[in-house]
Parts: sequence; structure tokens; C-alpha cells
Amino acid sequence: MSLKRKINVAVTGLNAIDSPGPGVPVIRALKESKLFDVRIIGLAYETLEPGIYMHDLVDKTYQIPLPSAGKAALMARLKYIHSKEKIDIIIPNFDAELFNFIKLADALKKEMKINSFLPTIEQFDERHKPNLPEFAIKHKIKVPKSKMIFNVSDIPSLSKEFTYPLVVKGKFYDASVAYTPEQVATYFNKISGKWGLPIIIQQFLYGQEVNVTAIGDGKGNCVGAVPMRKQYITDKGKAWSGISIDDKKLLAMTSKLMKSTKWKGGMELEIIKTANEEYYLIEINPRFPAWVYLAKGCGQNHPEALVRLALGEKVKPWTQYDIGKMFVRYSYDLIVELKEFEKISTLGEL
Amino acid sequence: MKLKRNIAHSDSGFVFDPNTGDSFSTNPIGIEIIKMLKDGKDINEIRAAMLKIYMVDESAFEKDYYDFITMLSKLKLTEDEPKEKN
Repeated sequence: MSLKRKINVAVTGLNAIDSPGPGVPVIRALKESKLFDVRIIGLAYETLEPGIYMHDLVDKTYQIPLPSAGKAALMARLKYIHSKEKIDIIIPNFDAELFNFIKLADALKKEMKINSFLPTIEQFDERHKPNLPEFAIKHKIKVPKSKMIFNVSDIPSLSKEFTYPLVVKGKFYDASVAYTPEQVATYFNKISGKWGLPIIIQQFLYGQEVNVTAIGDGKGNCVGAVPMRKQYITDKGKAWSGISIDDKKLLAMTSKLMKSTKWKGGMELEIIKTANEEYYLIEINPRFPAWVYLAKGCGQNHPEALVRLALGEKVKPWTQYDIGKMFVRYSYDLIVELKEFEKISTLGEL
Repeated sequence: MKLKRNIAHSDSGFVFDPNTGDSFSTNPIGIEIIKMLKDGKDINEIRAAMLKIYMVDESAFEKDYYDFITMLSKLKLTEDEPKEKN
């Protein structure tokens, strides 16, 4: 007889392309929870998100409207899904969808008793890439010099303020290193065409990229944090393998940020560590990273902790994790029957 | 010269710096020296031990030793800079 509590958790981010979503690793961590017997309701935007077809991990999947459709459309769809599945907790995993989910969090709780554990809209907004310089001043951390640009005509003057190479970033995703103004223009058009404006120009820093997956309780406490160094990086800058490291300065920086921001929910810090051992924050992602399963592998099940916090439980902060544990990502071809693809394509659920 | 306290190594020659996540491999003599450094042995003790085991003259050992120590320092496996050779 299982002593685990049965819960229904809805999870987004089921894609697993070369810039994979965190949904599948979040689900893997939840399925391995020692406290919960989790039924997973996948929430997908596209019919080819691999998580839809991973029936050992995802029990049922529903398509949901794209974030651009707005929160009313999302709410209506979630009401339908909830009527079928009785969702206890919802875990959104995409930056672009978070705004709608944060705005709906109170209504979801009040009308349907669906719990979530998301950053506040203020926390979400202040760590936006365009706001990073102000964020750095407020929370007393170092960030690389950056500015927003809205037009290709802004590019020639960048050389007066920055030293090439520069990093050209989209407001939600994508970043490319440009060595010339011409390359900046190319990436400006490519990234703005996909994610819109503004484009963020950031001073490139030479150093080692280290990341932290962490979870805050919303009261200033860091419930868990695992730092990782990327070992193999794809041409999109994504970690295809990484290793947990023992970096006390990085952990102290994470705790300081948690305390200062009173961060609520999962987050990923992307940091450059220079040769002089200076740490520059280059990005805060307001959700778990795609490598969050490494935290579970190191002894800190962050998605499980998030579920407990969402249910209003107190979670004792972790004080340790396994150091020198690696993840090596791989791709895997699922064989899918056409009738399954047909079902999700036509009915919007599988 | 002190090796970082948390440097991990195995008899197979694998060396791991948990602070950076960097890993390296060295030969059996390198591992012997790393073990002695971790035990807090100084150059005189290491020299004496190596000259006892291996057929090597003192000047050849010292040259190779300082090359090795410089490499450990460059790889940031040490806590401070190697001392100047007197």
C-alpha cells in the first residue's frame, strides 16, 4: 500500500528541441517524489512537443492557447481541463507564458482551488533582461553593462559605449555573440523577428559560465540551490552536459538574492565567473531550468519542494547536495502512432 | 605551495576540482606528488621520497617538479602561487 499522497499536477514546457523546455525534467523529478503519487496533466502548445507522447511520464495532455491569445482564453481552457482532471497544482515552465499564469494565479486558486507557487508580477518584471541594470543596483550585484535598442539605426553608435564582442539578446529567449556591427544587425533582425522588441545589447564577458537552479519560499529564504558548470554547450548556448560544483561564493550570491528579492518559486541564475573570480549575473530565469533534474540527482528535489510550497507546507531548506554529479543530455526518437498525432491535432487532447 | 583542500583524485590519475567542475588526468607519478601535497608534505620531503623510489637525479627531479607545480597553479588547483626556486 502506497503512503504517498495522490495529487494532480499540470505542467507546461513539454518541448524538447535543441533549446528544451523544463517540463519533462520537472515531471521526472515529480514522478520520483517520495512524498507524492503524481498524476501529470501535460499542457502543450504544439502537437509535436515530445512530452505529449511520453505516456510513462505524462498521463494526459491538453493543448492550451498560445500566450498571445491572452489570459481570458487561457482561463477558459483551464476551466475545461480542470473539469476533467481536478488539477491540484499548476507548474508553468516558459518565460513567455508566465505573465498570464501569474495574473491568473489568484483566480485559479479562488475559483478552482488550483494552487501554484509563482513569483509576483513585481518580481517577474524587475528581473526582465531590459531591467537588469536597475535590478543590479537595487540588489547590489554585478551585471555586465547592457542597454536596449529598438532599431537597427541604434547599432553604429554601440561602439562608443561597448567593446566588441557584444551579446545580442531577445527579450525572452535567444542570445548570440556578435563581433562586428554587421553581425549585431543580423542577430537584431533574426531575434526581433522571433521574439519582438526590444533587443538587449550586453557587454560580452570572458569567463566561465556557471548556473544555479534554486527555489525561494517567497519570504526571503533559499529552500534549495544547486550550482552547475556547463561542460558541453550547444551552438544555442544550451548545456548538453554539466556538473554540480562546490562554489560557496555562488551559493552565497544566490542566498543574498533570495533574501533581497524574497523570490517565490523556482529560478535559474546565469552567471559569468571571470578569471579574477568576479561573478556577473547575466540573466535570471523566473522558472526552473531544463537541467533541474540534476538538482534531484544531487539530492535536492526542487520540483517536489515547489509542490509542497504550493500546497502551503513548510519546507526545510536543504543544506547540502552531491558535488561532482553530472548530467549528460541525449535525444531519443519516440515512435508515435498516427492516431495519437491525429487525436491531439484534432481534439486538442491525448 | 598548498593544493586546494577539496581537490579530489583517484589512483587512476583522475583529478577533480569541485569548485570549478574541471577535471584532469595525470600519470602515476603526478598522482603520487598530488597525494603528498595533500598530506602537507613540503618539497624536501617529496624530493626525498621520489629520489628513494625512482632513478632520477636531484636537478632533473626539481625541474620536473616545478614544471608540475606551475601547471597545478595555472590550472588553479593550488591555494597560492608556487614559491620561487632558490
